[in-house]
Amino acid sequence: MIAKENDNDAGHIEVKTTTCYMCACRCGIRVTLRDGEVRYIQGNPEHPLNKGVMCAKGASGIMKQYSPARLTQPLRRKQGSERGTGEFEPISWEEAFSTLSERLGKIRAEDPSKFALFTGRDQMQALTGMFSKQFGTPNYAAHGGFCSVNMAAGMIYTIGGSFWEFGGPDLERAKLFVMIGTAEDHHSNPMKIALSKFKRKGGRFISINPIRTGYSAIADEWVPIKPGTDGALLLAFIHELLRLGLYDREFLIDYSNAAELVNQDETSDEFGLFMRTDAPKEEGCFDQQNKYWWDRDKNQAVPVREEGADPFLLGEFELKDGTKVKPSFQLLKEQVEKYTPEWAEGITGISAEDIRRIAYEMGVTARDQKIELPIPWTDVWGKDHESLSGNPVAFHSMRGLAAHSNGFHSIRTLGILMSILGTIDRPGGFRHRAPFPRPIPPCAKPPKGWDDVKPNTPLNGMPLGWPADPEDLFVDDKGEPIRIDKAFSWEHPLSVHGLMHNAITNAWRGDPYPIDTLLIFMSNMAWNSAMNTGDVRNMLADKNEDGEYKIPFLVVADAFQSEMTAFADLVLPDTTYLERHDVMSMLDRPISEYEGPVDSVRVPILPPTGECKPFQDVLIELGTRLGLPAFVTAEGKRKYRDYPDFIVNFETEPGSGIGFLSGWRGKGGEDFMRGEPNPKQWEMYEKNNSVFHYDLPKSYQYMRNWNKGYLTWAQRHSLTRYVEPINIHIYSEVLQKFRLAAQGKTKGKQPPERLRKRIETYFSPLPFYFEPLESQLTDTRTYPLNALTQRPMAMYHSWDSQNAWLRQIHAHNYLFVNPKLAKEQGIKDGDWIWAESSHGKLRCMCRFSEAVEPGTVWTWNAIGKASGAWGLSPKANESQKGFLLNHIISEELPEHEAGEHISNSDPITGQAAWFDVRVRIYKAEDGEPEQTSPQFSPLKAYPGMNGKQTKKRWQAYFAGMFSKKK
Amino acid sequence: MQLALLIDLNVCVGCHACVTSCKEWNTSGAAGPMADFNPYGKDPTGTFFNRVQTFEIGAFPKVETVHFPKSCLHCEEPPCVPVCPTGASYKREEDGIVLVDYDKCIGCKYCSWACPYGARELDEKQKVMKKCTLCVDRLYDQNLPEAERLPSCVMACPTSARLYGDIHDPDSEVSVQIRENGGYQLMPEWGTKPSNHYLPRRKTRIHLHQDELERVDNPLKKEGLQPQPPSDQKTLDETTSW
Amino acid sequence: MHPAFSVIFLTTLIGVGQGLFLALFTGQVYALANLLPAQDSQSFYAIGSVVAIVFLIAGLIASVFHLGHPERAWRAATQWRTSWLSREVLALPITMGLIFAYGLTHYMGWTEPFFIIAKGTLPVDASLIIGTLATIATFALFICTAMIYAGIKFIQEWHTPLTVFNYILLGGASGFTLAAAFSAYVGADLVGFYGMWAVILTITGLISRAAVLWRNKHLQHKSNLQTAIGVRHNNIQQKAQGAMGGSFNTREFFHGSPQAVVKMARYGFLSLVFIVPVVLLGASYSMESSYLPLLAFVVQYVGLMMERWHFFTEAKHPQNLYYQSIA
Ligand SMILES: Nc1nc2c(c(=O)[nH]1)N[C@H]1C(S)=C(S)[C@@H](COP(=O)(O)OP(=O)(O)OC[C@H]3O[C@@H](n4cnc5c(=O)[nH]c(N)nc54)[C@H](O)[C@@H]3O)O[C@H]1N2
Ligand SMILES: Nc1nc2c(c(=O)[nH]1)N[C@H]1C(S)=C(S)[C@@H](COP(=O)(O)OP(=O)(O)OC[C@H]3O[C@@H](n4cnc5c(=O)[nH]c(N)nc54)[C@H](O)[C@@H]3O)O[C@H]1N2
Ligand code: SF4
Ligand code: SF4
Ligand code: SF4
Ligand code: SF4
Ligand code: SF4
Ligand SMILES: [Mo]
Repeated sequence: MIAKENDNDAGHIEVKTTTCYMCACRCGIRVTLRDGEVRYIQGNPEHPLNKGVMCAKGASGIMKQYSPARLTQPLRRKQGSERGTGEFEPISWEEAFSTLSERLGKIRAEDPSKFALFTGRDQMQALTGMFSKQFGTPNYAAHGGFCSVNMAAGMIYTIGGSFWEFGGPDLERAKLFVMIGTAEDHHSNPMKIALSKFKRKGGRFISINPIRTGYSAIADEWVPIKPGTDGALLLAFIHELLRLGLYDREFLIDYSNAAELVNQDETSDEFGLFMRTDAPKEEGCFDQQNKYWWDRDKNQAVPVREEGADPFLLGEFELKDGTKVKPSFQLLKEQVEKYTPEWAEGITGISAEDIRRIAYEMGVTARDQKIELPIPWTDVWGKDHESLSGNPVAFHSMRGLAAHSNGFHSIRTLGILMSILGTIDRPGGFRHRAPFPRPIPPCAKPPKGWDDVKPNTPLNGMPLGWPADPEDLFVDDKGEPIRIDKAFSWEHPLSVHGLMHNAITNAWRGDPYPIDTLLIFMSNMAWNSAMNTGDVRNMLADKNEDGEYKIPFLVVADAFQSEMTAFADLVLPDTTYLERHDVMSMLDRPISEYEGPVDSVRVPILPPTGECKPFQDVLIELGTRLGLPAFVTAEGKRKYRDYPDFIVNFETEPGSGIGFLSGWRGKGGEDFMRGEPNPKQWEMYEKNNSVFHYDLPKSYQYMRNWNKGYLTWAQRHSLTRYVEPINIHIYSEVLQKFRLAAQGKTKGKQPPERLRKRIETYFSPLPFYFEPLESQLTDTRTYPLNALTQRPMAMYHSWDSQNAWLRQIHAHNYLFVNPKLAKEQGIKDGDWIWAESSHGKLRCMCRFSEAVEPGTVWTWNAIGKASGAWGLSPKANESQKGFLLNHIISEELPEHEAGEHISNSDPITGQAAWFDVRVRIYKAEDGEPEQTSPQFSPLKAYPGMNGKQTKKRWQAYFAGMFSKKK
Repeated sequence: MQLALLIDLNVCVGCHACVTSCKEWNTSGAAGPMADFNPYGKDPTGTFFNRVQTFEIGAFPKVETVHFPKSCLHCEEPPCVPVCPTGASYKREEDGIVLVDYDKCIGCKYCSWACPYGARELDEKQKVMKKCTLCVDRLYDQNLPEAERLPSCVMACPTSARLYGDIHDPDSEVSVQIRENGGYQLMPEWGTKPSNHYLPRRKTRIHLHQDELERVDNPLKKEGLQPQPPSDQKTLDETTSW
Repeated sequence: MHPAFSVIFLTTLIGVGQGLFLALFTGQVYALANLLPAQDSQSFYAIGSVVAIVFLIAGLIASVFHLGHPERAWRAATQWRTSWLSREVLALPITMGLIFAYGLTHYMGWTEPFFIIAKGTLPVDASLIIGTLATIATFALFICTAMIYAGIKFIQEWHTPLTVFNYILLGGASGFTLAAAFSAYVGADLVGFYGMWAVILTITGLISRAAVLWRNKHLQHKSNLQTAIGVRHNNIQQKAQGAMGGSFNTREFFHGSPQAVVKMARYGFLSLVFIVPVVLLGASYSMESSYLPLLAFVVQYVGLMMERWHFFTEAKHPQNLYYQSIA
């Protein structure tokens, strides 16, 4: 009966803390168990990230843990069965390990590039990356390339930090907040906490988004922009701010390259590069300060920061030797001259009047509502400042900018906009999170050629890195790609996160070469993270004439019966987040706060289900069996018992004191960031809510690009090598270097001819607006609409359809269409319609919405499922009424002058251009089946899965009784 | 005392955290289990005490999207209570919470007909009427730390759009908010006097004065420039010839 | 509202039972007043009462299917102070008991008058007293049943005295039709009497029911989306209700039938409850057929089930405002 005051007397209760992984946000959770079953998962009030709050997914963790889609045994594709049909037989772990180590050992001894490892939404890239490097394969990447690499690269190449996990808006102090193209993000709960506080204290919130849902719903103003045109809008903002002088001059001079003089001699090989003094070049991957300003008093070029100098930001000057030079800010001003609000109105659909008004709101708020904090600090040049000031205009942006082929430049424009408003790592503006800021670009570099890939040898270089100039590209003698995803080649020079979205297609085509074994971890590449899903599925199962699969051996490590697992030759069942150790490491993407570094762990709350084994343990075991140097002693003996042991004892170099976890280092836990391994480190994390949180002194918390205190602290704690300023790149010399190479002005690596024009065009040192590539290459009269997806707050990609609670909220999806548009086509609310792009078409249901820009249609991401997958019945809504937009998004662009198999990505970073797809819609014929198309033959349950649960008519979860009742 | 929730539509982003945290707390507790039908099949459906809905107000581009959470409103004059033939539905004297005693309920559904808000749901497995309990099994549980003697949904809500308190106490946070920010009740026309209230959307605007755009300390002056009027701005030059 | 078959059966079946009893008792009173020929206690009143009770029991059984926990049904009698449902739960067995007692007195032949009133014209016997009490109970039951619906003020389609009239009139009509059929079957020459009353009740019922149809067509609902979510705007559209596979709210409060079906049901019940039985009863009068009245009853009963079904589909519960669209 209800109102029996509580259920405390029932069962044996235990409470444990760990970290949520129903999404990448990584909130702290408290798990209450009753008789060993999960009774309640709540936010941990003592966790710095979520401070006790939850989200819909996190609170449904129970249903993930007990999902019928769970894999519980290692599986091998049945002999003679076809890939993709999901016919498996259980095998032992020993068999799995020996198969793998035999095969991989052979590959490693012959040609390590024949092994490729791609990982999805995991948070252990430090480990997977290290494994690949140790193995010696160049073919490793995580999901960043199809996710938001534009956001990372565009910002990091400009301000040395980024949104995403790396930084964010200071909503505690901002007065005006502009959110651009964000639906959910990796800072799910913290963003919600901050946003509501911000609104409650009277902050003004503007959302720029073609769609008004979620966060945009509570915006004070909605700016319904046409997709892919934000670059134009942001450039027009800058145009207006520069025209009216609404920029922070002092900030730009002191902390950016705005006043630095750029060579304007068109005949020179150094055209567009900064003029350099002949001060000796210092060693290190930081910005050299040997550049010039034009001093107004002396009216001549002076070395930057010369005592007493007051540089011009605008103007055109001539050096003594006759070289014409301009401050880069002048170049910016010229660049944006043509980008008037009227011009932008025609592109973005936002009225010039609104563009001006919003620009003024930004400019005036930044200028007139200055924040002054009584916090003294010292800059890296040694100057003391009595206080810290800030301009309270904050921005946040994610994939709405990133997932377009012009995203890199849009995002760089945003970085510049934020910079001219003077809001970088200052109160009320953008704030970094450790280990950011990094030098521009960060120091890690990819390998440089085939010489760096050798049998039985670790890769020479990092599998992923940050090219600073063409010499850092990973290409062969002809300038052609070495990696299977063609990352770091001239096709996508700054593809700092790889191009996972092209890995399967390239491997299938054997371009640049065929591979042998593909290991996919935690990514549903046969479904929602594939572009062109239908064809990619065929490629996965495609055979050569000799009957061999084009991708000979496919290994999938997953916890659930995803669409991807069906194509595996070998399935490695992972544990769930409640069953394993994990680390959210400083070497990867920790959960740091503005105030200082934070890293965290997961600890097992429950024993593994069935034969499940944490994938980290699998990697350590494999690494050990393969004799990879990091995992074995000099004598080739096992070095680490398992993953927890590895985490405690591993050091980046012997004695470096740097490991995966930064908290409680040193023998007794007395150190942090660096220190000897601490055998009790796990226990100490466990005791401390699974999180290590270090608050920097207040004076180190801001202006970190230039904060001597912070940089020295960071150096001392091994976060960075240099105590050098990280000046903002208003003007990007890095990009100009690639352009010069394309123009044949440099001696080093040169792009292949077909790509010269592309490089020259897109590697503009100052941002410019161009129409997304797909629109350039498609007939936009035939395909007049943009089609988008959004993250639903209550679902995580493909994971949550197995979740009995969450799937009730989103059981299937509709294509949302503005009624005006629909009525023109004779489409009624709820009709079955076709959405067709130049690559394919799909049938789905239409739902009217006024909250979408009329040239855009959209749907929730990844709700649609293949029939029978995810432990669902073949008749489940997800497969019958739900659909996946990916079927009509291509992974490659139509053939054009740059080549025939160019990735459908940003030409600079290789960021997958999900949101560029152009479509048309029309009503389905009468008599067509009321079912989404395409359909695939239903998957059957695999051995070890709880198929009975799938068929259950009803389920009543009651912790402590649930499994007993079954 | 009348305990209640106050839902602030001004900040609710429609995340559904309140929905599933309610489910997970209650399904294994005094109000559970909350059964799910076809949990992995066609048209999954189950018992929930709280749902978040979405409405669109107006037409493009002047459109607002409103996320609207709704659970039992613990009416002060609850029409669902007197109609119950068994006395299973009752309103507690001491704190105004409206509850169902599952042991008495015969599952006749009559109370659900008598709730204009659709706040009651028959659990199709247990065959008794269920609804939001205001997490009464948390509110007085001495085993919980005091800070957690709150409804599960309130603790979960990331935007703190769900406030909880006594609306009869004029100084409680909820009363103050209702008073100061225009708190209102749903379907006031039925005299049910819902205890749960809602706060409306509120807008912040910036009003700029021309002066603010042309200031003496304009940095362009440093460059020997003045702010320029837009190049397409009409002047007398184009309109008069004298 | 979603028409639950248990409730359709319950209300129509007990309506028939109540009406039949009323017919029997009216017949008896008329006979006592010598306005009609007297009937045999055992073969007519007693068996008639049994038939009435069978209908009432059938209704009761149907109602059990409506309950989640019929084993606790006894609890439903406790809240008679506030709940019409509780009152119905009390009224139903009382009515059944009294009708049973009424039948029993006839069966046992306890028809010796205790005394005679109305100037020696009306002998008061046990059956008359019990019959009167049963009549009161029957009306009370009608009112309770009807008030379950009419009492919910925000189901405006139901919230009208007409609902009570309809329950009484339609229950009465079907009972009298059945009485006519029963008379025809047992060969009592009351077919004309019951037939005439059945026609009168049917026609009055038609007027009253038509008035409800007309009223509902022109009903202004007090609640709308503005009051439901408290936003002042005349263009509010629901996009999502938070449950895509449906919920109790979508199952219990929506009939889910296409408008065409509802319309068919409306014309169906208007013909089957009202027109066809009147014609059949009229015809049976002139043709002296013994099975036409039975046919009239069967047709009318089928019609009543449609009527009750329609009664539910007519009702627009304000909660439906919150459950308009999924996405
Ligand atoms: N149309 C469209 N497509 C998109 C996007 C879009 O916006 N629109 N977004 C893209 C983006 S940004 C991303 S990041 C990708 C994400 O797409 P994916 O990388 O494919 O990610 P998920 O679907 O989250 O799941 C990957 C797999 O992880 C498995 N998994 C879950 N938990 C565990 C675990 O604990 N261990 C293991 N081993 N496996 C587990 C799941 O079963 C699933 O098979 O989608 C991309 N696809
Ligand atoms: N609940 C939940 N949270 C998640 C995830 C999830 O699946 N579910 N996924 C996680 C992952 S992997 C990622 S990468 C992040 C992504 O987080 P977001 O970047 O928030 O991801 P999307 O949902 O793709 O949101 C893109 C937004 O951009 C808008 N948009 C699209 N094109 C344009 C444009 O041209 N201009 C503008 N201004 N806006 C545009 C879309 O309408 C949408 O609102 O979320 C993470 N968090
Ligand atoms: S935001 Fe992500 S990590 Fe946080 S509770 Fe929700 S699912 Fe878990
Ligand atoms: S909201 Fe409905 S169920 Fe809750 S007290 Fe009011 S009438 Fe009763
Ligand atoms: S369903 Fe239960 S609580 Fe509701 S009226 Fe019937 S007996 Fe009372
Ligand atoms: S108060 Fe408790 S029962 Fe009510 S909606 Fe919130 S969590 Fe659910
Ligand atoms: S948890 Fe809070 S923000 Fe999320 S839907 Fe519920 S009330 Fe709204
Ligand atoms: Mo992502």
